Amino acid sequence: MKPLHALPVLSVALLLSACGGEGEATQALGPDPKLPAPERGLLPSMKIAQPAQWGEQKPTVPEGYSISAIATDLKIPRQSLVLPNGDILVAEGRGGSAAKLKPKDVIASQIKAKGNTQVKGGNRLTLLRDADGDGTYEVQTVFAENLNAPYGLAFADGKLYVANQDALVRFDYQDGQTQASGAPTKLTDLPGEINHHWTKALTISPDGRYLYVGIGSNSNITERGMEAEVDRAMVWQVDAATGAHKPYATGLRNLRRWPSSPTAGNSGLWSTNAMNWARTWCPTTSLRCVKGASTAGPTATGGRMSMSGSSHRTLTRWPSRSSPITAWVRTSPPWAWTSPSRPWASGLPMAYSWASTVAGTALTRWATR
Amino acid sequence: MTVTEQSLYRCTPSPLHAILLAGTVPLFLGALLSDIAYFKSYQIQWSNFAAWLIAGGLLFCGLALLFALVNLVRAERKGGRPTVYFLLLLVTWVLGLVNAFEHAKDAWAVMPAGLVLSLVVTVLACVAAWLGMSNLRSGGVE
Repeated sequence: MKPLHALPVLSVALLLSACGGEGEATQALGPDPKLPAPERGLLPSMKIAQPAQWGEQKPTVPEGYSISAIATDLKIPRQSLVLPNGDILVAEGRGGSAAKLKPKDVIASQIKAKGNTQVKGGNRLTLLRDADGDGTYEVQTVFAENLNAPYGLAFADGKLYVANQDALVRFDYQDGQTQASGAPTKLTDLPGEINHHWTKALTISPDGRYLYVGIGSNSNITERGMEAEVDRAMVWQVDAATGAHKPYATGLRNLRRWPSSPTAGNSGLWSTNAMNWARTWCPTTSLRCVKGASTAGPTATGGRMSMSGSSHRTLTRWPSRSSPITAWVRTSPPWAWTSPSRPWASGLPMAYSWASTVAGTALTRWATR
Repeated sequence: MTVTEQSLYRCTPSPLHAILLAGTVPLFLGALLSDIAYFKSYQIQWSNFAAWLIAGGLLFCGLALLFALVNLVRAERKGGRPTVYFLLLLVTWVLGLVNAFEHAKDAWAVMPAGLVLSLVVTVLACVAAWLGMSNLRSGGVE
């Protein structure tokens, strides 16, 4: 009896492992990725990730690299920023205030919550300092708190900019500060109603004149009405001095991060555009070049350049066309965050990547061995 | 004389059974009207209303279905009215559930399947309620 039963189980297991293999993942790479055909059915065929602590486990890193956690007990880390003196700021929080409008919303939120961290968002900035440069960040302190789901961070000319889920705020910063000297000044409100996609990705032009804020769409596919989509799914260019804004690029679903700073000559900003709820081997993130037209109306160009196949707990290489730097991305199951890399030390051939774990509390660092 | 007495005998549903059965009709009907409003106006709120009304209809219809099952079990002659009533209500509930899943789709993806299903479910609910309210089973005094 048992072998008879075991055989189909085994073959199914083999089939499943074949499905999740490298072949599927590489299909979804490159400039012309082969995407799986859309599937429609009465019930969604998605897999809910099981949140897990890293524990003793570590992400696999390439030859010649080591990886270690530099901060733990964070409250849902989102984005990080390296300050001029090498200190690292980490934005922590969780936003969104979308009401449950349908029976589906009530049921789905219960199911989705199982695949997400139980940690409560910190609504704060944590500062990490490695004063002696030995790779251990001995200082971990709260730089600012009582923020509203901070996400994007940018720094220029002694000013620290933080994109809360509903407003762009500014701190005055002096080198070596471990705590903000006061409450921030509001530069401008950001679209924050409902906030289906609440994360406000932020970057700043090298001259510190303009800030660029990614504002995600306010629904999956207009299921909250078109009225909710005003000023959504676009990038704002915000004047750092006055707070005045204009749409810089439109038609971008949800920017996660700006892997590179804007460059001179309108050569565009590289950004990641993310998609979740996808099937496990469907790409979750695309890299896009966002170019705002200098005179005419806003445009967005780029399309998908390269994509990473998503598989649980693996690191996927993400070749970048813009520079010899190869970025590494920790791909993730739905509802875990991926953060494409941003170098936080210069002179390294490999960009660093930090990613909040599924449990949402740790910050890891890759270093050359 | 005995023949006349027999034909006069009708078993009507209990008040609770009647409330659940009759309540199913306006809930599914409301969903249908909301779907029509969404179909014509593209105002998403109508689709939200429809989704909740269907959920309510499923609750009422589901409980009425339990009564219908009990009625079927208690009927001395299972053929005819008790079976037809139960099966009709069962089909109404199952199609209503499919309709609920249709209405869980985002925005216009509900259309047109959601509207068609709402129409079918409403008609079925009306017929089932008509049958159930008029006569659950007959011939009890034989």
